Amino acid sequence: MLKRRVIPCLDIDGGRIVKGLRFASLRDAGDPVERATLYAAQGADEIVLLDVSATLEGRGAQLATITAVRERIAIPLTVGGGVHDEAGARALLEAGADKVALNSAAVADPGLITRISRRFGAQACVIAIDAARVGEGWRVRVRSGSTATSRDAVEWAREAESLEAGEILLTAWDRDGTRSGYELELLRRVASRTRIPVIASGGAATARHMVDALRAGADAVLAASIFHDGETSVADVKRILLENGMEVRA
Amino acid sequence: MNSGPEIVVVRTGVANTAAVLAALRRAGTRPVLSDRASDVRDAGAVVLPGVGSFGSGMRALADLGLDAALRDRVRSSRPTLAICLGMQLLGLESAESPGVEGVGAIDARFERFDGDVRVPQIGWNDVEVEPAARILAGGDAYFANSFRTLDAPQGWTCGWATHGVAFVAGFERGAIVACQFHPELSGAYGAQLIERWIDAARREVFAC
Repeated sequence: MLKRRVIPCLDIDGGRIVKGLRFASLRDAGDPVERATLYAAQGADEIVLLDVSATLEGRGAQLATITAVRERIAIPLTVGGGVHDEAGARALLEAGADKVALNSAAVADPGLITRISRRFGAQACVIAIDAARVGEGWRVRVRSGSTATSRDAVEWAREAESLEAGEILLTAWDRDGTRSGYELELLRRVASRTRIPVIASGGAATARHMVDALRAGADAVLAASIFHDGETSVADVKRILLENGMEVRA
Repeated sequence: MNSGPEIVVVRTGVANTAAVLAALRRAGTRPVLSDRASDVRDAGAVVLPGVGSFGSGMRALADLGLDAALRDRVRSSRPTLAICLGMQLLGLESAESPGVEGVGAIDARFERFDGDVRVPQIGWNDVEVEPAARILAGGDAYFANSFRTLDAPQGWTCGWATHGVAFVAGFERGAIVACQFHPELSGAYGAQLIERWIDAARREVFAC
């Protein structure tokens, strides 16, 4: 049976890990190769690298970082940030990514999802959705969360699936960095209305939050700062998931 | 001096080979990428990686004349490791690309996962193997696939996993191994499998 995954996320700017509250006020949290290697040794099931660089210089460091991480870790590597076309996706995959995460560019041009999925396989095509609560629902935000759109997040997840995305990385943007737990109702809605795997992201502070997200229907849980700060390890989290009846990779 | 057999990783243009090359280097070998039919036919050991669709993968192999080279390799039992789509390409056909003929070295047909499971299957699943397995082993392996075969190919020793239904996780015969999962992404479990395959390939090459 398929195991539930625990995925540390490294937000990268100019080749360094940064992490902040609601994607802003970034602070340096270390070297991505060292961190990825440490998390892999702790039992991480996958690593996500999100390039949040605002500058071209920062972006230039991205491929070198991917290659360096790939050389060291023997687990899957998902890379997102700044993928606008097939050539961009191909460059990331050739550098050593196993999957690319599309976000703003897919909102602007949904057909990009289909093109990348058909070219590289659905398993390599992750749709990253940043969702913020508006009234009774959730709306998609783009450009690292800085820009609101009128697009309904649950409908966008369904559309991305129909366009042949292979996986959904679902971030509750307004919970990111708040330590208040994942957005469970959003997870429930997306997980129950799609048939592709869903990764929960945004707001995790404890293993308990992860148990809740998995019970809400997520297939995997992603977190950043709780691992970077050394508050907990991937191994500790997996032990608690196991104690709560979740099947995880030993 | 490279202590193992020459390992050629097939470059089809649709597969991302970085993870496979990194895993082979971590295993102490010096793999080379090639898309030449003579290399793929004659190398001491060959890895056929694969991502993308069955149709585009077969088209890439056929354009380079690699389909016949791979068929010859498998029929003459030369050390070969086929991964994910690479395993499917060795078969007869896949529902992913109706009408496209596979390499045809293995009597296997692939169909999409159905039932109450998420597709693609993405993540770690536990593999169990038949007692005769020498390279495949029990443990958690990383899968990323939408298509699978449910029938053990004749004359091969199989590994199995379950995603809704029991499906073939891999099969082996001598120094030929095909994995539906990604050993190069399967942590220590995968690294050990790759090392056992390299050992088997080395014995095969030096026995010739």
